[in-house]
Amino acid sequence: MSEVIVITSGKGGVGKTTTTANVGMGLAMLNKKVVMIDTDIGLRNLDVVLGLENRIVYNLVDVVEGKCRLKQALIKHKKYPELCLLPSAQTRDKDAVTPEQMVELVNELREEFDYVLLDCPAGIEQGFKNAVAGADRALVVTTPEVSAIRDADRIVGLLEAGEMKKIDLIINRIRMDMVKRGDMLKVEDVCDILSINLIGVVPDDEQIVVATNQGEPLVGGSSLAGQAYYNICSRILGEEVPFMDLDAKKGLIGKLKDLFKK
Amino acid sequence: MKLMDLFRKKGSGEVAKDRLKFILVSDRSNCSPEIMEMIKNDIIEVISKYMDIDPQGLDIQITETESEGGNGTVPALFANIPIKDMKHRPPR
Repeated sequence: MSEVIVITSGKGGVGKTTTTANVGMGLAMLNKKVVMIDTDIGLRNLDVVLGLENRIVYNLVDVVEGKCRLKQALIKHKKYPELCLLPSAQTRDKDAVTPEQMVELVNELREEFDYVLLDCPAGIEQGFKNAVAGADRALVVTTPEVSAIRDADRIVGLLEAGEMKKIDLIINRIRMDMVKRGDMLKVEDVCDILSINLIGVVPDDEQIVVATNQGEPLVGGSSLAGQAYYNICSRILGEEVPFMDLDAKKGLIGKLKDLFKK
Repeated sequence: MKLMDLFRKKGSGEVAKDRLKFILVSDRSNCSPEIMEMIKNDIIEVISKYMDIDPQGLDIQITETESEGGNGTVPALFANIPIKDMKHRPPR
């Protein structure tokens, strides 16, 4: 049974593409056949985050317009041959594709892959409608900020109106030091406000920038964000994974200090 | 730490939470604050025909409530209208 998951947020810059890349690669590490589709026509980025930008020949719009076969446009990942990318077109508009065409494309990919991940563009217009059309399930990404949460709420409303079967929340870029100080919304507060199921909390991590610079997602690595993404992948597969302690970063000295505080 | 909290002012996280709750109520209801104000004024006008109410204490808001059919939550308009005097000009 294959599953089609859209990664969306409403607001731009909260980490949809990073999440797509890491979840895609994490699922591939867990031995699943995964294809990621960059649906952000005109502003493609998933290829760069994955380090596959030099290997693009055909793109999503070429496939939809019948200029090439679907297989020709799929780019296999260097390390994980079971992980593929269907890149977006850089010189076209969002209306080059219709929701009906997306449904058709996604259904064709279901035959081959266990997971189809759709990296959704920011906004709620055509690009969003295209990305959401063929999906069974949505991951809504937000950061603990007023603007991102407001947009996420709007997205959840639209997804519910469109009868999305499953909607889960990822809180990205949380800073526990700020939360402790009372200067950032708590995980519980964000969940309370949005009232949808939480599937992952990813800490703000410098290593994300490093990973993006290098074009190598950090999922599965030793960094906190890498572990958080790996846990999200396990939860997508239906496993019960406890939420990790994001304060663990402090190391031995920090932990000792905590002991004395108590 | 606890004692310190007493003296500290509200963290900006708490402020964000309160603001968001208010923003989302009007976002979700598709009701702007202006329309809410108009509804409030109309309610005052209608109820005042029958009894003495306290317009300053009147509070209306759109929230969510358990639906009677038991199929999840539905939006609801809550109004808290303090009555000063019940025996005010009964209608004929």
